[in-house]
Amino acid sequence: MLIAEQILMSFIASASFGILFQAPRSTLFKCGLVGSLGWVIYILFVQAELNEITGTFVASFVIAMIGQFFARMYKTPVIVFSVAGIIPLVPGGLAYDAMRHFVQNNYETALPISAKAFMVSGAIAIGLVLSEVINQSVKKLRKRKESHLKT
Amino acid sequence: MGSLFYFSIADTRSNRLHFNNEKSERGRTNVKAFEAGTTEVIELCLLIGRVMLQNGAETYRVEDTMTRIAASFGSGEAQSFVTPTGIVFSLGQSEPSKLVRVSDRTTNLHKVAKANNISRSITSGSLSIREAHRELTDLDKAGTYYTIPAQIASASLASGCFAIMFQGSWFDFGPACVAGGFGFIALLAFHRFFEIKFFAEFLASLIIGVLAFSFLLMGIGNEADKIIIGSVMPLVPGLLITNAVRDLMAGHLVSGLSKGAEAFLTAFAIGGGVAIAFSIF
Repeated sequence: MLIAEQILMSFIASASFGILFQAPRSTLFKCGLVGSLGWVIYILFVQAELNEITGTFVASFVIAMIGQFFARMYKTPVIVFSVAGIIPLVPGGLAYDAMRHFVQNNYETALPISAKAFMVSGAIAIGLVLSEVINQSVKKLRKRKESHLKT
Repeated sequence: MGSLFYFSIADTRSNRLHFNNEKSERGRTNVKAFEAGTTEVIELCLLIGRVMLQNGAETYRVEDTMTRIAASFGSGEAQSFVTPTGIVFSLGQSEPSKLVRVSDRTTNLHKVAKANNISRSITSGSLSIREAHRELTDLDKAGTYYTIPAQIASASLASGCFAIMFQGSWFDFGPACVAGGFGFIALLAFHRFFEIKFFAEFLASLIIGVLAFSFLLMGIGNEADKIIIGSVMPLVPGLLITNAVRDLMAGHLVSGLSKGAEAFLTAFAIGGGVAIAFSIF
């Protein structure tokens, strides 16, 4: 598995999802960039044989931080960048796999897979929420500093 | 004309209110003047909320935008309650609340970004309430930002890429592109015929499964699993699952649970469609 191949593929996939989600044309390149960065972080975690769920968490945190940076720079809602960015990480494949086993009566294989899908989506959500919390507290600190300077 | 004049008064009053809360008692007459236009403020808030929600904005952002706009017109106590299927909004505790029903939701980030810009100009005061209302109505009526062929092409390309990303071989790239493209066409076409979205998803994934197995029978492609996972990615509710968990964490329990239910039903429809293809071959 080549890293370069994965970077290119995840870039194209994220940008195409940007088109599917009707993201503004000027943001498509950045969507692809954010998505492929997140996927590379995840892939590196998997290749180093570290926990996939931790990898997903770190990747989604980085995606959301960069998304918030872009959002402030281009005055666009964060969701435009974060949605396209997290698409490669999202456990769509796992959810599909679990569902396929369920409907084929393989409940014992299906249950752990669905538990994993749930954990992965939880990790993505925690990454997103954590970056939001950090962003908000930075904003509050800045405001407090400004008001201190004024008085 | 009359209400426009009232609004200019209300605006200056709200600005003053921002810095000095105690003076609000003196502004009684202006409060009366302000009330003449409350229906317009409510209408505007509900319109922007509906446009944002229908196009995939986050629940908390919709609530935040609505209360922020209301605050910019001087109603600092506005309340909004947003769920994926409807919005309840009230300008204050003594005011009657209004309801808007949202029946269909898509993801159109272009419209979300536009609505965000409009709300920014409303709160900064550079857009009047009438202009904002007109711009939002135009935005609401506007069609999709990208043409349908462009969407189909990108769905098919994304399918191929996902097959590679899930460690498929390059032999699976072509079949995944074709199956994913046809699956997406089927989704769009069936969604137009049937009101029930889950049924369209079920049929689309059935077509994807049948196509993937027929490709293998013809000797094209390597692994059915990789082709199918790649091609169902444009249909899979991955984003809904993540948003559901995120809403739950943020305390939006109702929207979190309902988004989770929607995601589960979609995943069930897709799994069911593929399973039928499995049982045929």
